[in-house]
Amino acid sequence: MTDTTLPQSSRDAHDIAHLELVPRRHVGRMIFAAIVLLMVALLVRAFVVGQIEWPVVGQFLFAPVIIQGIWNTLLMTVAAMSLGIALGVLIAIMRISGNPVLEYIALVYVWIFRGAPALLQLLLWFNLALIFPTMGIPGLFEFNTVEVMTPFVAAMLGLGIQQGAYTSEVVRSGLLSVDAGQYEAARTIGMTGMQTLRRIVLPQAMRVMVPPVGNEVISMVKLTSLASVIQYSEILHNAQVIYYANTRVLELLMVASFWYLAIVTVLSLIQSRIERYYARGTRGRTTI
Amino acid sequence: MTSEILVKAVDVCKSFGTFKALQDVSLEVRKGEVSCIIGPSGSGKSTFLRCINLLERIDSGAIWANGELIGYRRDGNKLYEMSDAEIARQRRGIGMVFQRFNLFPHKTALENVVEGPVQVLGESPKAARDHALELLKRVGLADKAGSYPAELSGGQQQRVAIARAMGMRPSLILFDEPTSALDPELVAEVLDVMNDLAASGMTMIVVTHEMGFARNVSNTVAFMDGGRLIEHGPSARVLTQPDNPRTADFLKAVQR
Repeated sequence: MTDTTLPQSSRDAHDIAHLELVPRRHVGRMIFAAIVLLMVALLVRAFVVGQIEWPVVGQFLFAPVIIQGIWNTLLMTVAAMSLGIALGVLIAIMRISGNPVLEYIALVYVWIFRGAPALLQLLLWFNLALIFPTMGIPGLFEFNTVEVMTPFVAAMLGLGIQQGAYTSEVVRSGLLSVDAGQYEAARTIGMTGMQTLRRIVLPQAMRVMVPPVGNEVISMVKLTSLASVIQYSEILHNAQVIYYANTRVLELLMVASFWYLAIVTVLSLIQSRIERYYARGTRGRTTI
Repeated sequence: MTSEILVKAVDVCKSFGTFKALQDVSLEVRKGEVSCIIGPSGSGKSTFLRCINLLERIDSGAIWANGELIGYRRDGNKLYEMSDAEIARQRRGIGMVFQRFNLFPHKTALENVVEGPVQVLGESPKAARDHALELLKRVGLADKAGSYPAELSGGQQQRVAIARAMGMRPSLILFDEPTSALDPELVAEVLDVMNDLAASGMTMIVVTHEMGFARNVSNTVAFMDGGRLIEHGPSARVLTQPDNPRTADFLKAVQR
């Protein structure tokens, strides 16, 4: 370590200004990285030598029942999420409609369906026949609730309706994020309220809404596993059916984990594509 | 000037809570006239402008534009508020240019101009596009048709906003402090476009602090203060020999 005070002669200063710059060495970082890598290696080793028979995992990874489960999981994700987004947009628009009755109903909807656990709501829908043995409009049509409330319908309603409560808040924050001047500009070119919403406000709100909605879609993929409780044949349920028969519990759970992770990975990639689409016209600001 | 009256306001009052933004404002603007509204901040200039195209609802009084009572339908001795769709129809004929441009950020300059004609007037996309390109050329931005607002300077954005207003083929354009949000060196390009527009015979009501524009381009000047219309007359007279001492004080303050 030599002197770093301002040199007397400008010649010395010039010499110092042209010395080689050596970046700081992050010794602490390297030590921590080594420790973490070691821990990861130990964890991987534990799984490899543990009581899991990996060949069994490979054997069931593409079993027809599992593949069927994947399709059913995807189908339920799409069905429940579509219902959730439709309800979310509807409820969000009710919240800002200016009609006090609609606003209040929207508030109560969010309060109730966000307040009860998703699993409980699934069970309620599935057992709806206990409250209403038949449904319909008297004189027009009527059917037995048990026949209509299949595991698919019950899971879709249970998951979709509670999702609508969450999504409505996302949509509402998206609508609030659009500048009031945009509503006014749309008005001055003669647009009606619905045109303004559809053409001007929602496309801009999407930019704000896509990341949290993407998050919710991913969350929904995993939430559909709750439907296994009411006998809906999604991935987890089908994995369970197999391990009840062959007792390879951990192996089948690994198979299910693999597929959930695979689906979520693909969805994350799709999400970033969609985000890029709705970010058009904005200067990409991804760092602070 | 003796052409027909395009905008007529009679005893317009508007309050925000207990604050009286407009008190008995009456004003006439004739077809082809350029009328500037000047006055200190908070005098009600912008509020009055926004009442003309129903961005603000008036508490009492009446405003006619394009020969129609704005926002209300008369039935006997009462005025009934119009529906959303009817109000939207009335707004089509009244263009507006905002202080903060308010371009649609997710649409290009061209798409901003085309949006209203196609979606509201039902013009064919081809015809609307041709008209829009012509308008963008007129405001000097033919080469920026494909640019998004974020890629344009403030002056360019405001010129696109003027083209957007003209795309609706309005009979009247309202300007709400169109140069107040611009960097000083960008003011001139917007004023030039407004000069051209005035020369082409467009009826314009301009809320502004640009005394040069008021003096050189406008036919009449209205001075507002404290929510009241203090003075209204030919611009040369109002700006040089105002009748009212408050007008004189204001002019002295802004012209130094």
